[in-house]
Amino acid sequence: MSEVSEPSDSAVSFRRVGKSFGEVAVFRDLTLQLPMHQTTAIVGASGSGKTTLLQMINGMVRPDAGAVDVMGQPVPVENLEAFRRGIGYAVQGAGLFPHLTAEQNVTLVAKLEGWSEAEVGTRFLQLLSAVGLAVDVAGRLPRQLSGGQQQRLGICRALMLKPSVLLLDEPFSAVDPITRLGLYESFEQVQQAVPVTSVLVTHDLREAKRLADFLVILDQGQVVQSGKPAEVLAHPATPYAQRLIESQLS
Amino acid sequence: MKALLYVLCLSLLSWANPLWAQSAEKSVVVGSKNFGESFLLAEIAAQVLEAQGFVVTRQLGLGGTLICYEALKNGEIDLYPEYTGTLSQAVLNLPGNPGREELNRALRADGLELLDEYGFNNTYAVVVSDALAKNLGLERIGDLHNTSLTFAFSHEFLQREDGWPGLAQRYGLTSEVTGIEHGLAYQAIADGAIDVTDAYSTDGELQRYQLRILEDDLGYFPEYRAATLVKTSASAQLKEALAGLGNMLNESQVQALNAEVVLQGRSFAAVARDFVRANAAALGLANGAQPHASSSWLQQNWVVELWGHFLRHLQLTGSALAGSIAIGLGLSVLVYRRQRLADGLVYLCGLLQTVPSLALLALMIPLFGIGFVPAIIALFLYSLLPIVRNAITALSHTDSNLVKVSQALGLSPWEQLRYLRLPLAMPAIFAGIRTSAVISIGTATLAAFIGAGGLGEPIVVGLSLNDTDMILRGAIPAAMLAIVVELAFGGLERRISPPK
Repeated sequence: MSEVSEPSDSAVSFRRVGKSFGEVAVFRDLTLQLPMHQTTAIVGASGSGKTTLLQMINGMVRPDAGAVDVMGQPVPVENLEAFRRGIGYAVQGAGLFPHLTAEQNVTLVAKLEGWSEAEVGTRFLQLLSAVGLAVDVAGRLPRQLSGGQQQRLGICRALMLKPSVLLLDEPFSAVDPITRLGLYESFEQVQQAVPVTSVLVTHDLREAKRLADFLVILDQGQVVQSGKPAEVLAHPATPYAQRLIESQLS
Repeated sequence: MKALLYVLCLSLLSWANPLWAQSAEKSVVVGSKNFGESFLLAEIAAQVLEAQGFVVTRQLGLGGTLICYEALKNGEIDLYPEYTGTLSQAVLNLPGNPGREELNRALRADGLELLDEYGFNNTYAVVVSDALAKNLGLERIGDLHNTSLTFAFSHEFLQREDGWPGLAQRYGLTSEVTGIEHGLAYQAIADGAIDVTDAYSTDGELQRYQLRILEDDLGYFPEYRAATLVKTSASAQLKEALAGLGNMLNESQVQALNAEVVLQGRSFAAVARDFVRANAAALGLANGAQPHASSSWLQQNWVVELWGHFLRHLQLTGSALAGSIAIGLGLSVLVYRRQRLADGLVYLCGLLQTVPSLALLALMIPLFGIGFVPAIIALFLYSLLPIVRNAITALSHTDSNLVKVSQALGLSPWEQLRYLRLPLAMPAIFAGIRTSAVISIGTATLAAFIGAGGLGEPIVVGLSLNDTDMILRGAIPAAMLAIVVELAFGGLERRISPPK
């Protein structure tokens, strides 16, 4: 079987990927390319396979068939820790360690990587200002912070090691609408400063429309439609896409 | 983590006490069982040896015949006072009333030898109160037929071949019996809680509680003639030094000595010292050779003595706890990710806990002898369960969302353990350590039965003398220690608890 060569501008590519959990097949023959230095939004209902797709990128989930390439290299089997340190990860609810301060949470892996204290401190302050947090949150424990502050720290932690890919699993969904708007602005600022290939999983089309450069609509493990958000939203290709757009945007 | 270090340091500090400072030359370890007469005879033997220049270590109050016998066989002690009937019936399974020569032939297989008899027969006796005997006209054991009296016998008596089972058969007694600690039986009979119990015919308490020995008209009980049991390989020097003990006491003399301890509340050491002084010539001691007073000074100053017991108790529990923290946590960390192995480990620790603590201590003797080390090992095994169960449960139930995040961040399994699972499991692990600490402080009082000392020692001696003050002298500090440790751990636990 001949391999299809990758377009040089794709950061992540799924090639004929199949994945089942027990009897339930989540993906059959999924092929998808995500553009470099841009934000891709994966939109779909619960159970459409969004999170599984995301977790195949950092090797948390292994495909049964096919392959996933990140930056032109297949996801490794060995030494996954080093590979994952090159990929940022932020989740709904932030997932900060409750016994560590804000600063310890964000800088833990950098310290494990052997960064000098000066490097760690500089990067931490840089990230705090990028996401619009004041320095005085540094010494606080997660429970002493608001949901929005925790979520910003979660993004700082994901970006700490200057990853080539940033995975975002509904990180904006558990906060109130006003806080969410603030988070969007911060994220946009971060992306403008140093664009990172980002993969955003969300069920919110408005969010996808605002933040994404590339939109993928997923339904029961199938890519129903993908392309620039404006095009996809203007010309839904299937009844499912049509229904999804109407339910959220009209 | 700091708190764990405190515990380790405390247990190490308590080791700093010079424990085993003794010269090898002419040093001898004297043992005894945990009843008054055995203490007294051992103390007399010890002082006779000291008067002849031996350096004596006392391992008194060991928990029963088996423990003493095994300890002697294993060389943990060099001698202890034993009784012929006990050897023939409970140890060697010889029928009838074999004499010393016959016993020694059988003992040779175990490398042991019984020296000259002390001269008295302390046989088992069945006793009732004088008043009851008069009321019901009880004179002989056979008179107990068809009475509605309450029978309670010491646990050893209930188990032994020459104890209750044979007695009941010989006399055709069918009464229900219960077990009772020998030291408590006298008080129980005085209070009217029980009517009939077993006693030693030379017990000082027989006078104190006005008890009557029922005549063994069928001649059931074998003779229990006391003598020193030593290893065949004991030095000629040692055997010679003990030769003076032959025929030193008759029954009434022993009863009188026992009564001095029980009725007048004098210490074994003091009673033994007076006896040895008064009989120096008969005991074969040269003129001017007097028993040392050094050991008795300690025994008379009970505050100093108690402090020693307290330190020893700390050593026992501290070392056992340090061991179970290190090994329990180590094992937990190794197996928590493998469900079956983890379940197996918790099950095994639970199994250990179901072994009665005294039995676990007794099981240690063939493996590790008696004294400090086997007691620590038994306590260590005992305190594993709470630590292992809490650690494994807490380590394997870390918030799955946080575990996922830590994996996605690129933390290795070890780093996940170090930076996420362990810190979050700390409160549960600490609660387990706290439970273990309190359990081992309580259980360590039993360690005195295998000669490990500690606060159990006054309890054991007090029980054998039915001396409540002395029992409390061990029990109250042990209880207070448990409470203080419980509170201290509680405080530490609050300090290290991560926020929810």
